[in-house]
Amino acid sequence: MKTGSILFLSPTRIALATIGMIVLGIALAPAQKEDPAGRKNRLADAALAEVPAKASARSNPFEGDAEVVAAGGKLFEQHCSDCHGKKGGGTRHGVSLLREEVQQATPGTLFWIVTNGVVRHGMPVWSKLPEPERWQIVSFVESLKSRPIKSEAGQSQPGNPPSPKPAFP
Amino acid sequence: MFAHVILKPALRKFACAIFFLTLFLSLLSCRSSWAQESPYIVTYDHYLEEPGSLEVEYFSTFGTQRGGNDFDAFWAEFEYGVTAWWTTEVYVAGQTTFHDSTIFTGTRWENRFRLLQREHVVNPVLYIEFENTNGADKILKEVEGHDVESDFADPNGESRKEHDHELELKLLLSSTFKGWNVAVNPIATKNLLPSEPWEFAYAIGASRPLALKASPRRCSFCPENFIAGVEMYGGLGDTESAGLHDTSHYLAPVVAWNLPSDWTVRLSSGFGLNDNSHRLLLRWGLSREFAGFGELLEHFLGGRR
Repeated sequence: MKTGSILFLSPTRIALATIGMIVLGIALAPAQKEDPAGRKNRLADAALAEVPAKASARSNPFEGDAEVVAAGGKLFEQHCSDCHGKKGGGTRHGVSLLREEVQQATPGTLFWIVTNGVVRHGMPVWSKLPEPERWQIVSFVESLKSRPIKSEAGQSQPGNPPSPKPAFP
Repeated sequence: MFAHVILKPALRKFACAIFFLTLFLSLLSCRSSWAQESPYIVTYDHYLEEPGSLEVEYFSTFGTQRGGNDFDAFWAEFEYGVTAWWTTEVYVAGQTTFHDSTIFTGTRWENRFRLLQREHVVNPVLYIEFENTNGADKILKEVEGHDVESDFADPNGESRKEHDHELELKLLLSSTFKGWNVAVNPIATKNLLPSEPWEFAYAIGASRPLALKASPRRCSFCPENFIAGVEMYGGLGDTESAGLHDTSHYLAPVVAWNLPSDWTVRLSSGFGLNDNSHRLLLRWGLSREFAGFGELLEHFLGGRR
């Protein structure tokens, strides 16, 4: 009944076009990925600086709750560790969260970044996680400063002195 | 010359087999990743695939059919996050009509583009899809124009002779507030034959996790692993005859179960809301996300290790 068309879109052509688009995406990506870590950190700092003052002023409703930190650790491993490393030390896809600039950020700032992402530089939005879960992740990230952790690359992290007392068991 | 060679059916099948075998072997070396999937099967929210991740999904739709044989339509989706604002996806679909036959029904190539960088009260995403299907396609991923139940009653031998090349546009509007997600998708579809009209449709959905706070332990049955909701979808006529007459509509409770083993199970039972609709569309889906697929592609293409 509707045989024939303007465009002949065979499965092979669709597959080839898809592969072409993906290759194009990957070809464009190294512009970000192959930049030195310093640029990545500068972009992260710029993102932190862009957070509205009202959002930065928000306080963490779960402040000081050890169970929340543990739950946040679970969520971090599920959703964040692929890019930021299992211990937050960073990978070539995501900045280290152990950096002083991140650890000195207010809970509200971190919450805003988790919620809105940094889409133009590759971090997706995470508002699909309910608000309490995002605060749980923030609690975990804040707890990293008091943990004796080395980055995934094996470098020690300035501004994160080892603590004799872990933030949670 | 190259195009002539690759379009030979035997070579095409061989190329497809090699492609999927390579994909399968590649996925074995990728680590799986937890995905907080929405329960929707027809409706889209504004969340895209994480960059570099590949989500492999299998869905099945069992449909009752008056005036014909019941059917089970199935499709596989390969969804890749190219960037944080662009997700591309390929579908491969088929169907079994009981007491008839099992056939391949076509492919789709879908792209979603996030239009705004930050979260807003309403978040728009542009959806563009090319479909290359035949008339036996019954996945009912969307119900468009004047699609009605009787359109699906023809035997496969007849319906597969029809070939459709369609462009489908959607504006995905989605909002998340206090754990609730509400999504509205206006849809416009155009068969690429000039004589065919634009067809219109809609899909709306609302969902919420059963718990908003995560528990500290890994668990299969924790309430936060379940997201329940409802979606409604149907046709709105076409440019030649807009309106609700001769259209079909469905209401479907949906649930997603995100397992700690990184699998997601989705269930949906769609009930027809008028006489033009299938009485029941029972759907289920299984999916798994593979992080690091982008890195694997980079290595394969000679990128940085």
